[in-house]
Amino acid sequence: MLDFHKYNSLGEALRDALDRWPDEICLIEADRERENVRLTYRQFKEIAHPLAGALQVARFANGARAAIIMTNQSKWLISAYAIFFCGGVLVPLDYKLTPAEQLKLLAHSQAEYLFVEYHLWRAITQDEAFVDFGPRAVLVTEAPASADLKGALRWEEFRGTYDPVFVPRRRQETACIVYSSGTGGRPKGCVLTHENYLEQCLALTSLYPFWPGVRYLSILPTNHAIDFMVGFIGPFTCGATVVHLRTLRPEYIRDAFTRYKITYMSLVPMVLKNLERGLRQRFEELPKGRRKLLNAAIRVNRAFTRNKPNLKMSRALLRQVHEAFGGGLQALFVGGAFTEPKTLEFFYDLGIPVGNGYGCTEAGTVITVNDLKPFRSDTVGKPLPGVEVKITNPDAEGIGEVAVRSKMIMSHYLDDPEMTAETIVDDWLMTGDLGRTDTTGHLQLFGRKKNMIVTEEGKNIYPEDIENAFEGLPVKEFCVFAANYLWPARTMIGEKLVLVAHLELGKAFTEDLAAAIAERNRRLLNYKRISGYFVWARDFPLTASLKVKRGELAEQIRQSASREAVISL
Amino acid sequence: MARYQFMSTLQQTTDDVLKLAANHFRVPREQLSPDDDFFKKLGINSLQALDLLTRLEQHFHIELPDYELAGVSDFRTLAERIQSRL
Repeated sequence: MLDFHKYNSLGEALRDALDRWPDEICLIEADRERENVRLTYRQFKEIAHPLAGALQVARFANGARAAIIMTNQSKWLISAYAIFFCGGVLVPLDYKLTPAEQLKLLAHSQAEYLFVEYHLWRAITQDEAFVDFGPRAVLVTEAPASADLKGALRWEEFRGTYDPVFVPRRRQETACIVYSSGTGGRPKGCVLTHENYLEQCLALTSLYPFWPGVRYLSILPTNHAIDFMVGFIGPFTCGATVVHLRTLRPEYIRDAFTRYKITYMSLVPMVLKNLERGLRQRFEELPKGRRKLLNAAIRVNRAFTRNKPNLKMSRALLRQVHEAFGGGLQALFVGGAFTEPKTLEFFYDLGIPVGNGYGCTEAGTVITVNDLKPFRSDTVGKPLPGVEVKITNPDAEGIGEVAVRSKMIMSHYLDDPEMTAETIVDDWLMTGDLGRTDTTGHLQLFGRKKNMIVTEEGKNIYPEDIENAFEGLPVKEFCVFAANYLWPARTMIGEKLVLVAHLELGKAFTEDLAAAIAERNRRLLNYKRISGYFVWARDFPLTASLKVKRGELAEQIRQSASREAVISL
Repeated sequence: MARYQFMSTLQQTTDDVLKLAANHFRVPREQLSPDDDFFKKLGINSLQALDLLTRLEQHFHIELPDYELAGVSDFRTLAERIQSRL
């Protein structure tokens, strides 16, 4: 592993990694049963440097912002490295956003360059907001030979012929602008420095080290803070291998474990639960005798791993289960949203440790993670080395807002000093999550203080961001809230959004209105949809500039309406 | 890869999609209609929807990249995406 203390930037650390392990495999890109790409660190450099060279010929300036919109694939990492090499600022955007949302974030980030897959580029160019497209250069990957690229260049042909010059950056300078949400309303562009990432890498690898030979299966989008760190920067700076899967189909994920002998994988609760469901189903299909044997082996494993994992023993006891995971799996990491303890226990009992963690983009990815000494399914682990966690204004049960301080905390929100000041108070990041630390230093989470939800896929949804979808409803005014914000519930499971509608004077709630709400809701992406609505009889409290005072309205609703008032959609 | 039986009309494709979804998720076929939101109607998440996509690929003998499902939540649009590849 590299000595992270001696580096000033991600580009510098990655550059050294490519030279330090030239013959190790750094990257495998698989698509279904096909393997598209397999690169050593030397070969990675041989592709990335001509790209960096061409960028420099195109006068890519120090500090220039370059966005990437791609699914998980080798060109994502190659492009990111070239951007860092040239002293650029990376803006990783979510390929699952709509083209309109991507255009909005491109404009907000003021990205000058865009690296994008052809099918995504085609969708962007067909959006009506494309007329305001900002970047001055676009590199498109995998475009068909006859495709009209609308002025973009082909990534594969964009190659310089001379050696690029490495552009150094300082630790405190911006490495990435990562959008934690805000696609519909107020964009939340987290400005993360090189120091944020280098410190995070140091802390994470001290707990879960990578080394040459380790294979990390990358299925979370690389734009996601977790995969960027654990599925790119972490393995690359330790000489390990990243295996990219271009599909999230469960059967190909299962296949990748055995085909590539995976060591680690990060996932979100939804994927973990899906794996659990599949395994439970297979266990149920076993003949009665074999199921009994399996259950006995699980009980023995549980008893002998109570204090710490014992992979060797677990692999011997539950050989077939471990072989189905390739036989080399050391741990799964789960984060991005709340994971139910019974799911974590299910895997741990099989001898597959799950490093359950908690974090957010603003905190530089991970805040706490389970160190498995011993395994705890009821917490999100202890703070990473170098991270301080405190509970602010705790109630009688010790529960209060989780605040975090470390060198990993983002610098600020891009172009939003007001929101930055609300979020970072005296160097402490106010997470908006409610938690409590126990006597062993483990953090337990109990819900949210802020008006937001996190889906099982690890997506942050801010209700105000989806209100656009309901514009034009024939009502006097409306607002969208997280149900748990209106009616605090000490849970992080099953979070829902509700629409509060205030009707025009003298108007009744009609079936047409219900249909209009349902119709607009359908236009939203599945995970952004509201689950119900209710009618509020009073005027919304407004600011002088006629904006809804959300906090005040929520308080009024909290006091005079209950959750039962919500009509399900 | 063999093409799906000659030329299938969009209506046939939609019918097949509904039949396969009903089978796959064990719900009565008559409870599903083309404009249904399959996430809601079948009570599934995006991964389970990808599972269905695999089943559809096998049936129609086509390959559908995951991104084809992005933003799609009703059977009719799903059938249109399939039809465009037949």
